[in-house]
Amino acid sequence: MTLTEKILARHAGLDRVEPGQIINAKVDLVLANELSAAVAIAVMRSMKGAKRVFDRTKIALVEDHFVPAKDAQSAKLARLMKEFAAEQEIEHFFDVGRGGIEHVVLPEEGLVAPGELIVGGDSHTCTYGALGAFATGMGSTDIAAAFVLGEVWLRVPPTIKIVYNGALPEGVFAKDLMLATVGTLGIDGATYRALEYHGSTIDALSITGRLTMANMAIEAGAKNGIFHADEKALAFVRERTDRRFIVERADDDAAYERIVTIDVSALEPQIACPHTPDNVHPISEVLRERVDLDQIFIGSCTNGYIEDLRIAAKILHGKKIAPSLRVIVNPGSQKVWMQAADEGILKTLASAGCVVNTPGCGACFGGHMGTLGDGERCLSTTNRNYVGRMGSPKAEVYLASPATCAASALTGHITDPRVLELAPA
Amino acid sequence: MELTLRGRAHTYGKNVDTDVIIPGKYCNIVDQTELGKHAMEGIDPEFSARVKAGDIIVADTNFGCGSSREVAPIAIKGAGVSAVIAKSFARIFYRNAINIGLPILESPEAVDAIAAGDEIEIDPAAGTIRNLTKGTSFQAAEFPPFMRSLIEAGGLIPYVERRLAERV
Repeated sequence: MTLTEKILARHAGLDRVEPGQIINAKVDLVLANELSAAVAIAVMRSMKGAKRVFDRTKIALVEDHFVPAKDAQSAKLARLMKEFAAEQEIEHFFDVGRGGIEHVVLPEEGLVAPGELIVGGDSHTCTYGALGAFATGMGSTDIAAAFVLGEVWLRVPPTIKIVYNGALPEGVFAKDLMLATVGTLGIDGATYRALEYHGSTIDALSITGRLTMANMAIEAGAKNGIFHADEKALAFVRERTDRRFIVERADDDAAYERIVTIDVSALEPQIACPHTPDNVHPISEVLRERVDLDQIFIGSCTNGYIEDLRIAAKILHGKKIAPSLRVIVNPGSQKVWMQAADEGILKTLASAGCVVNTPGCGACFGGHMGTLGDGERCLSTTNRNYVGRMGSPKAEVYLASPATCAASALTGHITDPRVLELAPA
Repeated sequence: MELTLRGRAHTYGKNVDTDVIIPGKYCNIVDQTELGKHAMEGIDPEFSARVKAGDIIVADTNFGCGSSREVAPIAIKGAGVSAVIAKSFARIFYRNAINIGLPILESPEAVDAIAAGDEIEIDPAAGTIRNLTKGTSFQAAEFPPFMRSLIEAGGLIPYVERRLAERV
């Protein structure tokens, strides 16, 4: 069996499972944010016999989409989730100022471990696959069912094995790897599939790099994206929790639907051009024409980690961003924010003219805190660039790595980070 | 589920994502009718003025891709749309639509044979689609047995209530 099949079989109490099989699986953690929770809580209240959540220690509720509240209605939703958390005595409730973006917070807080099964009311729940967990996003009604039953029905996905070999060239990072992957697979190339990441490049990749890559599995339509938990992952998890977990491995003779190989050594920095995450091109192609920018965004659940902010700070240190644009920086969590403060990163970025925000999802989905107007063009470290994603349907969003974004902040137009001297990630 | 659904077709292309079905700034709205006023606004700002109760959305592949927001199918339902026919659906949208009782049907042949404004009749239980304007009919892909039982039970909520009752 593949890694995903093994985790699903164990959680369904079965010896084995086959792709296409429908199973009932016990969940280790159910996640929601104030938007998905609002609907989930209402659904739960409407269910006969549903008074308590199945296990108050296995739910995580994170305020992160409109934070701080952008209007009275958003404040109402935040309050709804907070009151629910108190009523149900939810252990893992993260209010503003004490959490951050849900997908950055959960691994940070030791709420994700290898072999676990996690469902969340947000499509980027797939992020936790980086630590060897099966993790998938769902809608609010499914989340309400999971709150109450502590289980979900799932259709076992076939697995696509992706093999990355070679050393990351200078100026090329995990984000570029994943953009290249989404570009190769297409936005519906992995629909209903599990992605399983392999290869020498992956073995050498940092945990942050793996979180970035697992985060965008959904952009290819995948159900989940999963890495094997190696020594690096075990060390990361054990620093944050001492609960027991089971580390699975895919069988050597596991049946994969197909195997995709990516030659990393030939890669350039990648850009996803408007208006789909699979409209990916090497930067040299994009730069045949100058692409002027109005906004640059650095942060989000894809690239809101301290390593991402360090790269931006290194590039922008002692310099000023181009007068023609604005740069918005969102550390992914309160802890990342504080570490960035300790390291002088926030001051470096602010001195360069960047806006530095509280952790939150707002700008990424056109909610608030950096929304685009008609005709504006943004280069972003986020994960989606569909029409209207970051604001006006008449705006354009390009996706790139933090290094590419920071380099472009200096010039005001899309710029290859390799023109600067950078150590590989 | 109703016996037959009938309405005019509103047609769209590939990869209609949930950000255009219901833009992010509306994601703090919970009322179905209110959400319905903004359905499809990201690609078709005239949709909410044009749509009549019972109308049907017809789309190409990968309908509903992107964000997991359940307010996407809720907005479509809130606008009065009775069903969505597509060549294929994205995974999370597919589940969400079934969970909230929005009929969805997969039929590439039907999609290719329906033009905007055609009068369409659907029997969701049988999975049949009739283009009354053109006099053609099609069979949509069958749901797997488990999903059929979910749909017949009335959606995920009755299913959960039954499981809860079994545990007591």
